[in-house]
Amino acid sequence: MTVVERREVALVDLLDRLLAGGVVITGDITLRIADVDLVRIDLNALISSVNEQVPSPWGESP
Amino acid sequence: MTGLRYVYAVCRPFGAPLQTALKGVAGDPPRLLSHHGLIAVVSHVPEGDFAEAPLRRHLEDLDWLTETARAHQQVIDALTAVTTPLPLRLATVFRDDSGVRVMMEEREADFLRTLDRLEGRVEWGVKVYLEREPAAPAETAKPASGRDYLRQRRMQSSAREDSRQRAERFAARLHATLSAHADGARLHAPQNSALSKAPGQNVLNAAYLVPRTQSEEFVELVDRTKGEEPGMRIELTGPWAAYSFVEEAADPSSAGDSSPSAPSAGADVGEGAS
Repeated sequence: MTVVERREVALVDLLDRLLAGGVVITGDITLRIADVDLVRIDLNALISSVNEQVPSPWGESP
Repeated sequence: MTGLRYVYAVCRPFGAPLQTALKGVAGDPPRLLSHHGLIAVVSHVPEGDFAEAPLRRHLEDLDWLTETARAHQQVIDALTAVTTPLPLRLATVFRDDSGVRVMMEEREADFLRTLDRLEGRVEWGVKVYLEREPAAPAETAKPASGRDYLRQRRMQSSAREDSRQRAERFAARLHATLSAHADGARLHAPQNSALSKAPGQNVLNAAYLVPRTQSEEFVELVDRTKGEEPGMRIELTGPWAAYSFVEEAADPSSAGDSSPSAPSAGADVGEGAS
């Protein structure tokens, strides 16, 4: 598929798919990465140092 | 023997070998674990990073998340080159091979059905941004009075409102067109520009499931809409494995035209019933 120039995939596009898409299987270890809202990832991963009150996007473990 | 099992995808057996230099998550080359008529693509990962507590910590670390997501994607990409994989969500981890086998056994019918549905199809991502328009030069003049100031503010905010509505109409129209040329469509939440670093406001963030054989046509369709509407920017990504279409619900009829038909009786009845 040469029609599209292949640039490096943007992280947000990847996370849209890897965290909100893909088959959800409860593995032995899998955290329940529920339908994660990127806004919360944003808050959690990017500014958690600023505000510890932000709720975790990762569900409670079983 | 040691280590946990990180599973990327499930697929049907495929003839072609994966790229030999392919490194997966944690640097471990992906291995194929076959069970009945299915193959799980698996890496061995250290317990120190992928057991529950460390994994939970890591997932909140953007650098770790980035690296892991990219490694995961590389494996899925390599698989997409040789087959139609059913990608799993990031960080699906099992204790050992037999845990993976048990899972495959339990979900076998599901997997086979979904693999059939996705066979020969890829996902394309389409985003529409409303570009931030430059401040109108006339409006930058210093207001002569409080009344002037308020009037300017009103005009600015109504211009913003107009362009937002225009953007939404454009996005809805584009989505309808693209959905009609796809086997499935799914809307993702608009991306936060603080995270994406993309200029403008993201008004459409959609994924379309398209047969490989029709991908070129689909890409051309998207390309033709670029520049069609001033102030809008359209971005195409892909081809992706069908991450957004692993669930049954995502078919085109549910994506576009089917508004939920709420019971509408009662709106115009009961007129003279007293």
